[in-house]
Amino acid sequence: MSAVFKPDETFRGDFSYRNSAQAIRRFPLPFPEDEYMYSVNIEPHVTGPEGAVTEFAFDVDEHYVAECRERALVLAAEPLRYQALPHMMSAQWDCLELIMESLARDYPAHFSLDKQGNRWHWVNRPLAIDQHFTFGDADSLPREPLDYITRQAQGDFVVLDQREGDLWAEAGMVTTQADWSLDFDVGMTFNEWHGPVPLAHDLGVFDRALKYLLNLRLGQPVRRLNWTMTIHPRLDTSPENYPSWGPDRASVTRENAGDFAHLRVELQGLWRLPRSNAVLFGIRCYLISVRELATVPKWARRVHRVLKGLHPALVDYKGLTRYRDAVVEWLAPYDDGSPTSAGTAPD
Amino acid sequence: MNEAQTIEVEVRAIEQITPLIKHFTLAPAGGGSMPAFSGGSHIVVVMRGDARIHRNPYSLLSSPQDLSTYEIGVRRMEESRGGSHFMHDRVHVGDRLQIAHPVNLFALDKIARKHVLIAGGIGITPFMAQLEDLRAGSVPYELHYSVRAPEHAAFLPRLLERERANVRMYYDSAAQLIDFDGLLSNQPLGTHVYVCGPAGLIERVIKTARDCGWPDSHIHWEQFSAPPVGDAFDVFLARARVSVHVQPDQSLMESIEAAGVEVPYLCRGGVCGFCQTRVLELDGELIHNDHYLSDADKAKGTSIMPCVSRARCKSLVLDL
Repeated sequence: MSAVFKPDETFRGDFSYRNSAQAIRRFPLPFPEDEYMYSVNIEPHVTGPEGAVTEFAFDVDEHYVAECRERALVLAAEPLRYQALPHMMSAQWDCLELIMESLARDYPAHFSLDKQGNRWHWVNRPLAIDQHFTFGDADSLPREPLDYITRQAQGDFVVLDQREGDLWAEAGMVTTQADWSLDFDVGMTFNEWHGPVPLAHDLGVFDRALKYLLNLRLGQPVRRLNWTMTIHPRLDTSPENYPSWGPDRASVTRENAGDFAHLRVELQGLWRLPRSNAVLFGIRCYLISVRELATVPKWARRVHRVLKGLHPALVDYKGLTRYRDAVVEWLAPYDDGSPTSAGTAPD
Repeated sequence: MNEAQTIEVEVRAIEQITPLIKHFTLAPAGGGSMPAFSGGSHIVVVMRGDARIHRNPYSLLSSPQDLSTYEIGVRRMEESRGGSHFMHDRVHVGDRLQIAHPVNLFALDKIARKHVLIAGGIGITPFMAQLEDLRAGSVPYELHYSVRAPEHAAFLPRLLERERANVRMYYDSAAQLIDFDGLLSNQPLGTHVYVCGPAGLIERVIKTARDCGWPDSHIHWEQFSAPPVGDAFDVFLARARVSVHVQPDQSLMESIEAAGVEVPYLCRGGVCGFCQTRVLELDGELIHNDHYLSDADKAKGTSIMPCVSRARCKSLVLDL
């Protein structure tokens, strides 16, 4: 999609972030049905169709420039949002190659990559970056490879080392997260960092997902959607900064819920990395206000029903306890009880 | 995996390097580079024989830093069902073959403080690529390479040229045996051991390491089983609603594929567990030849690895 960047929008302070009509139409609604429960909802990351958030390996949309600036602000205040353990250097280069090659191939108007053996030339026009470097030589870049390239990408990234029949979160760039911390999780195994998730352990979801991911193949990435809600279009809802965003949840009323409450959807992608045999876990965050969402009648009905019937343990885990009812009341006038069509596409 | 995801390669060179082993160099048929990979990876080569399609796994032995070609070593198996004979007798320079993307089921542990590699015969191949990764790093390593006799020491010139200080050779013909106890009882904490070769060698290394107190997480091995021959049997695929006859020299997976039903797989050697299939009904016994299921799971008889295992039965129904 040929997005027009909105470089001045903000994810803090005056929260000027908005979705264009085009961005609303392509929003990745995570509810194929009128009710929601955990499942191993992993599918091949097959690219397409045109205009969808899955059109390419990594989606670059109208918020790209603003999100990169937001990331830089978070990192300036809290450098430990980026971390990489020493044995992850080959995986860092794998990530840099995957992201650069994908962006240059999929968005040639914005990015280009020229390779002469190990001498690479990277151009990022939206961010006005022009970089010559030597692939494999960390000293030839201004930052570590993963740090360097993920400052130029939307969404969070965690790199998982594979050993002992498990996946270990041992490098990452995490500034747009839904209340979890890389600094806390770094070095953990798959089941350890998923420890706080309710219900899913008993459903066997993580054991099956881990087994699947250990066999993830080169060139055959997979994806899934996950979701929660956030008050205001705030990308950085980290545990470290809980005091600055947690109290917002007490400010939601049935009158302001449409503008304050946002559906927060994560498009999670997983790629096997070639040289390191590690796995790249991308967590791309999409935000949409309930008011924007309700411009699509089918989505208003469906989200109303999903939230109304959500399992209490999920209401609690997703942090919706204080304002779920307000959002349901705000959406109620949009739900006339008529059926919703199958799938997530707008009517 | 399906055929659409294979890579077409051209056979660039073939060299008979020992009385039993041929060394193949494969280049991308369309030009360009092969996909990047990590040491320890294997590819599956698709061989279109007259009567059937063979798909055999072979470890990549070329350098992960040089992606202009892939190299594999193929040992002629005496009891071959056709795959290794096809590679030895039917494949010529200039021929085209299909291969699957590399998969690594035998990766080096990245937080090891030292690596001890033990190879027997054709088991040297995954280590050839791993040594390239190790040489570029700073962690100490050593290779112990055991063969029948000097003329069977595949890739020795390359090893001596690149790794002379880290390689120790053992020749059965000279009664030189690896001192497993001495080797494994005296390694620094944080050492990982890797073994690839004949079943007896692998069992010996695993047992010795365990007896010396090594944790299982530090013991790594890879052994691709060729699907053994056996009695013919019949199987019914419940979801596809197809009956399949398995010939004595044909694997269960090959028979199912020949009937037009796809089975997901990665290694085709009984290692990875990817093709694990539920057994819905059985009148007879399963003959498990894989290294994936535990003995307890094998005894239960509720699942099977069709890549290497078969059955001696009156009837068998699979969840496929």
